[in-house]
Amino acid sequence: MKRKMIGALVGAAVMSMATGQALAQKAPAAKLSGDMVKIGVLTDMSGVYSDLGGQGSVTAAQMAVEDFKAQAKPSWKIELVYADHQNKADVGSNKVREWYDTQGVDMVTDVLNSAVALAVSKVTQEKNRILIDTGAASTRLTNEDCSPNTVHYVYDTYALANGPGKAVTKQGKDTWFFLTADYAFGHSLEADTTNAVKASGGKVLGSVRHPLNASDFSSFLLQAQSSKAKVVGLANAGGDTINSIKAANEFGLTKSQTIVGLLTTIIDIHALGLPTTQGMMFTEGFYWNLNNETREWSRRFFGKHKKMPSMLHAGTYSAVMTYLKAVQASGTDDAATVMKKMKATPINDFFAKNGKIREDGRMEHDMYLVEVKKPAESKEPWDYYHIKAVIPANEAFQPMALSRCPMVKK
Amino acid sequence: MTEIFGIPIQAFMGQLMLGLVNGSFYAMLSLGLAVIFGMLNIINFAHGALYMAGAMLAWMGLNYFGIGYWWSLLLAPLAVGVFGIVIERSMLQWLYKLDHLYGLLLTFGLALILEGLFRDLYGVSGLPYSIPEEFAGAYNLGFMFLPKYRAWVILASLLVCFATWFVIEKTRLGAYLRAATENPRLTQAFGINVPLMVMLTYGFGVALAGFAGVLAAPAMQVSPLMGSNLIIVVFAVVVIGGMGSILGSIVTGLGLGVIEGLTKVFYPEASSTVVFIIMAIVLLVRPAGLFGREK
Repeated sequence: MKRKMIGALVGAAVMSMATGQALAQKAPAAKLSGDMVKIGVLTDMSGVYSDLGGQGSVTAAQMAVEDFKAQAKPSWKIELVYADHQNKADVGSNKVREWYDTQGVDMVTDVLNSAVALAVSKVTQEKNRILIDTGAASTRLTNEDCSPNTVHYVYDTYALANGPGKAVTKQGKDTWFFLTADYAFGHSLEADTTNAVKASGGKVLGSVRHPLNASDFSSFLLQAQSSKAKVVGLANAGGDTINSIKAANEFGLTKSQTIVGLLTTIIDIHALGLPTTQGMMFTEGFYWNLNNETREWSRRFFGKHKKMPSMLHAGTYSAVMTYLKAVQASGTDDAATVMKKMKATPINDFFAKNGKIREDGRMEHDMYLVEVKKPAESKEPWDYYHIKAVIPANEAFQPMALSRCPMVKK
Repeated sequence: MTEIFGIPIQAFMGQLMLGLVNGSFYAMLSLGLAVIFGMLNIINFAHGALYMAGAMLAWMGLNYFGIGYWWSLLLAPLAVGVFGIVIERSMLQWLYKLDHLYGLLLTFGLALILEGLFRDLYGVSGLPYSIPEEFAGAYNLGFMFLPKYRAWVILASLLVCFATWFVIEKTRLGAYLRAATENPRLTQAFGINVPLMVMLTYGFGVALAGFAGVLAAPAMQVSPLMGSNLIIVVFAVVVIGGMGSILGSIVTGLGLGVIEGLTKVFYPEASSTVVFIIMAIVLLVRPAGLFGREK
């Protein structure tokens, strides 16, 4: 009797081990870790850039997940997490490390602020996951610091500088003066624009470097005014740009000189209002009022977020969608396989037409040179831009021939 | 063209004028801080947030209730003052006998809450507040183009500063106040209601911040972060002038505005640090500040 019992127990144990093994063998067939894809939105939730990305990016990513579930009906689960990096590189990279190590996050997106982005890109490569950066500006992400695990999706300083640098100069406004935020981002934006201006036969008369978050810009603008340059380029961002424009208006610069915001978005224009910003020119990666497709998506976004999307918000939606589609198509969340799939598949949605992820990780898509409307020309709230030119994808971004990325074979 | 240190005199004069405008804000804010510190011994870290609240209230008044600039200039400081009195009665009054640090921590916490609240409601990009029609346009001073509104800021700030100085130093009410600071018990024994005076002083001090906020609204972007960008410099001004010194804060505020303005011409990169360098030097040479008394 006892023996029988033992025999039965051993049999049961063997059986369970066998099925366990069978299950264990079956798992790789699904090829999705945890039978789930987890996406992390890392952004500035409360600081100077939180209107540009922030909660809006989380909302956009959520929309993408919901839309993908409704369209593709995947058999696996999708989960979304988000965190505030407080614009600090160490906080951001620690958070991402935690996500990768303990929470099984497969892909991280948004990551505005170049300093944070560069740190997160390193961690992502080390842990072999995927970063689709929709928020940072530095071209280093796809040059010196390029990585097989990083995609730079929406814009960069080259694209921002190139459009206005060439177009405005060719209009005969060929002398420039810069107001530059005194840190890496400002310097590189100024340098990139200077190159574009010179390439179009223009001249740079000088520049003044102001501290980040300066409280008053009138002194700097007075220097710009006395330089007699035809164009004043603002190589700064966020609150600094807003306050520069406001002061430029007050001191009458806008009457005699053209103000070009080098990183200006619809969020800034909305914050300042059309009377202050009319006539400004700059490059945007997205505009909600472009065509029916962009309007349809943006109105849906507006319904949830109560503001029209910035190019970061639209880009984050598109990036999450692109990633999920690639996971679906390749049947795995393995970083290298998904990345290969993404690089091989053209992106066609409301955000990008025939968008292409290049070898160096740069996503190429059309950019738009816009001019801010006069108050009388605006027909509805958020109707702010004239599209002056569509900069085709292959001209908008730095050509591969100039790439400083070690991955690119020459 | 005549030049001073290699800078055309016109540009030089222009920067001097702009320095005065910024100095006006420093003076008004540091004046409020000095009054509060002088009378209550509280380091009011919520000052920047209350300045922001003044600007925000002006914007809200205009956009929700159609209250114009001039009424805002009266009503917003009043509202901020009343809010200050509520803070003083409900929280601050229990801290006077404790170390300075407690008041600092409490007001710092309040500042974070206020800022967080407005940030949640309006985001960080800020809101536009246009310049009142009376002040549209500019004066051509020959050496520069001075927007009328900035001229008004200098004038208004000088008036307010002078009035405050006059009330505290030259009137009977001011004498009571100074007596209450020097020896609250004895003053109370003379039949003067010291707690009431302290409460009103705090209310008045923060109302000054609210007033500066409304003045700043048309010149700068109204944003939840506008206070925290400014408050650190203002604290440096108070330290340089001498904690609690009324005249010191006015003179230093204007003076530092001018020095900062000139730095923006000669070496713009240092314009955000020059105030702190001066602070370090002053503290080394005169630890009580330029106008402070050593106790």
